[in-house]
Amino acid sequence: MREALLLFLVVVSGTGGEICVTRAMKHVGEVTDFRPLALVRVILRAMKVTWMWIGIAMMALAFFSLLAVLSIENVSFVVPVTALNYAAGALGGKFFLGERVTPRRWAGVLLVCVGVTLVWLGKR
Amino acid sequence: MSSSSGLHFKTYCMLLIMVVFAPLGNVLLGKGMKNVGAAVSWAPSRLPHIASMVLTSGYIWLGIASLLTFFVAYMLILSWADFSYVQPASSIAMLVVALLGYFYLGERISPLHWAGIVVICLGVFVVGNTPPRTTEVR
Repeated sequence: MREALLLFLVVVSGTGGEICVTRAMKHVGEVTDFRPLALVRVILRAMKVTWMWIGIAMMALAFFSLLAVLSIENVSFVVPVTALNYAAGALGGKFFLGERVTPRRWAGVLLVCVGVTLVWLGKR
Repeated sequence: MSSSSGLHFKTYCMLLIMVVFAPLGNVLLGKGMKNVGAAVSWAPSRLPHIASMVLTSGYIWLGIASLLTFFVAYMLILSWADFSYVQPASSIAMLVVALLGYFYLGERISPLHWAGIVVICLGVFVVGNTPPRTTEVR
């Protein structure tokens, strides 16, 4: 039960964090100048967007949850299960960022879910 | 993307770094945290003690270094290659994690578990092979 909760945090908080960072970077605008000084300016501008900080906090929570779950479960179980990120990413992209998710991508997400179920059952 | 052989070589090197260092990082984190987890209880009052154990573990720092190496390679390759070309590589990484767990950490993996990992790899591959941009550029 504890591992399920931690894995849930890894997936949901990790994907949520990435979505927030995406939102922040879309707000900052496309990066076209890759000279070091220009990149520093992009980073400084990104740091002024609230979504960026929410995203970083969520990704940090996901990382510490990953560490916690790795202390009680095998890596060969934990890492494949975190592929659920793709499912959470597709849902989040569709409903939060308004991206169009192709049928082929949904098919991939479905395969990931089936695989995670098999891994979960195979652990017993 | 140019088709020069130099660019191809560079791309394959980066892909290799990615599929080696991401799984290696996770496996090292796993090894480090197994040492921590076996020794402590997870009561909130013990958190400072756990944090100090985590931060003094060589495996954890090696794991973080591996993940950073992966991340730099990932950023670099994305500057010239398509996301939809790069992302299916993470499906191979899933398999590498399982192999490292099995051979290096001695984890037991049942046939059903292996089957699940293969299906997940397939799923990640299918997800990765779709167009990277579906929204209008504003």
